[in-house]
Amino acid sequence: MGDFLSPAGWLLALVQALLFALGAPLLAGWIKRIKSRLQNRRGPALLQPYRDLYKLLGKKAMVAHSASPLFRAAPYIVFGSTLVAVAAIPLLAVSLPTAAVADMIVLVGFLALARFFLALAGMDVGTAFGGMGASREMLVSALAEPAMLMAVFTLAMSAHSTNLSSVMQFNLESGLILRPSFLFALLGLVLVAIAETGRIPVDNPATHLELTMIHEAMILEYSGRHLALMEWAAQLKLMLYGVLIANLFFPWGIATRLTLPALGIGLLAVFLKLMLLGLLVAVAETVLAKMRLFRAPQYLNLAFLLTLLGLFSHIIMETGT
Amino acid sequence: MNLAQLPVLEQAIFVLAALALLASFALLAQTRLTASIHSFAWQGAVVALLTALVATVGEIHHLYLSALLTLSLKSLLIPWMLHRLVRRLDMEREVETIAHPALVVLAGAGLVVFSYWVALPIERLELASTRNIVAVSLSVVLLGLWMMVARRQVVAQVLGFMSMENGLFLAAVASTRGMPLVVELGVAFDVLVAAVLFGVFFFHISESIESLDVDRLNRLTEDEGGS
Repeated sequence: MGDFLSPAGWLLALVQALLFALGAPLLAGWIKRIKSRLQNRRGPALLQPYRDLYKLLGKKAMVAHSASPLFRAAPYIVFGSTLVAVAAIPLLAVSLPTAAVADMIVLVGFLALARFFLALAGMDVGTAFGGMGASREMLVSALAEPAMLMAVFTLAMSAHSTNLSSVMQFNLESGLILRPSFLFALLGLVLVAIAETGRIPVDNPATHLELTMIHEAMILEYSGRHLALMEWAAQLKLMLYGVLIANLFFPWGIATRLTLPALGIGLLAVFLKLMLLGLLVAVAETVLAKMRLFRAPQYLNLAFLLTLLGLFSHIIMETGT
Repeated sequence: MNLAQLPVLEQAIFVLAALALLASFALLAQTRLTASIHSFAWQGAVVALLTALVATVGEIHHLYLSALLTLSLKSLLIPWMLHRLVRRLDMEREVETIAHPALVVLAGAGLVVFSYWVALPIERLELASTRNIVAVSLSVVLLGLWMMVARRQVVAQVLGFMSMENGLFLAAVASTRGMPLVVELGVAFDVLVAAVLFGVFFFHISESIESLDVDRLNRLTEDEGGS
């Protein structure tokens, strides 16, 4: 751990956060591209999300007359807290200084902060869609958060730590063990991630159909650089969940030492894992249809049940006397 | 006991036991008839695979036979019979409305905790590495019972009954490495006969009340039920 707290460690943490911020649009573009290909469309170029963000950042932000200062501040708060949350997640290497500062509960807290301001901003202007989107988002997240925490606790009970990089190191050291609790936690976390990032069975990221949208309804009033920040934050969140699932449950390849080859392997590994995950997301989005909104509580109930079963099977079958 | 020190095959036994528990919950929460029959078939397959694994790990050869029996009866024959019945009663797309789905499932989770608490003293007996599965199999039994209480559809209640038998079989395999073959054959035959009898009952019930919702059996007069 000693050499990780050195200036080089901090530098790497900074590089890692930058990689996160720059890689997130690529992941979104990759999923979009695969999805279009699966549906026999040509689809946008892989770099299209970067172009969209660049264009939006250069445009003037229009703000409604009835908007309060909170409306202007919200994009920065949402993007900022998502970026801080992302910086706490080990992407290339474990036990970086940022990972030692924040654990999983702090991570959930940062995401909740971002969501709180997103919902407030949605209601701020006073249009019907904003309020509708905000209330739906709160419905989904209020049910998703317990499931996520339950999955986190299952992992923490096995690794005896809530620190992300400690859990990853624990998984690396113990090798491949078939743990029923991890299986359930993985399934539950995948369901939660789909709900939280607004992917297809819960919300459709590609739609602007008024009656069904959740996330799009909240950011309907935003334009210009504000919209760019909001969309970038959503892409960051998608990548955050992807990296969380990939690195927590399949941490192989991540760098445990601060050498250049190890970091290179870590980068390659996480890149491949995210590509595979994006492929799975695209296939799932092509195969599945969006649920009715009132089915979402049932879906999240299933996620909660899965994580609860994970906790149970840890206590019943994996601890023992 | 530490899971990490066990060989991979025994870890797989635990994973399968957990999956059998998951299948019980799937049965409990599933409102579509055909899908619940599928869940029951999967549970049978999981239990059969677990039995085969226990047979491999413990080198108990007669367990292979019971695994084969479970697979053919509970994951192929009985689901097929139920499927045929459901098709003949024209209820393939039937969806049952459970009054409080979330509460039913949470009560099921409570039953798991309860059976863990009950099984704790049993676990302290030095039986085998599979003794932790006793709690899981007890919860499968209780969940089957709970399904018979909470659901109103006759087919769902029968599935609950059958999954109770799965739980008992799981307990027998996990704690005492299987029952004598004669007993197992007898139980399997009983289950088969029960399935046939239930089929006859389905027809009678659906003929007399034109539905398989047993709540309607509580009403006394025709016109009240027919409204």
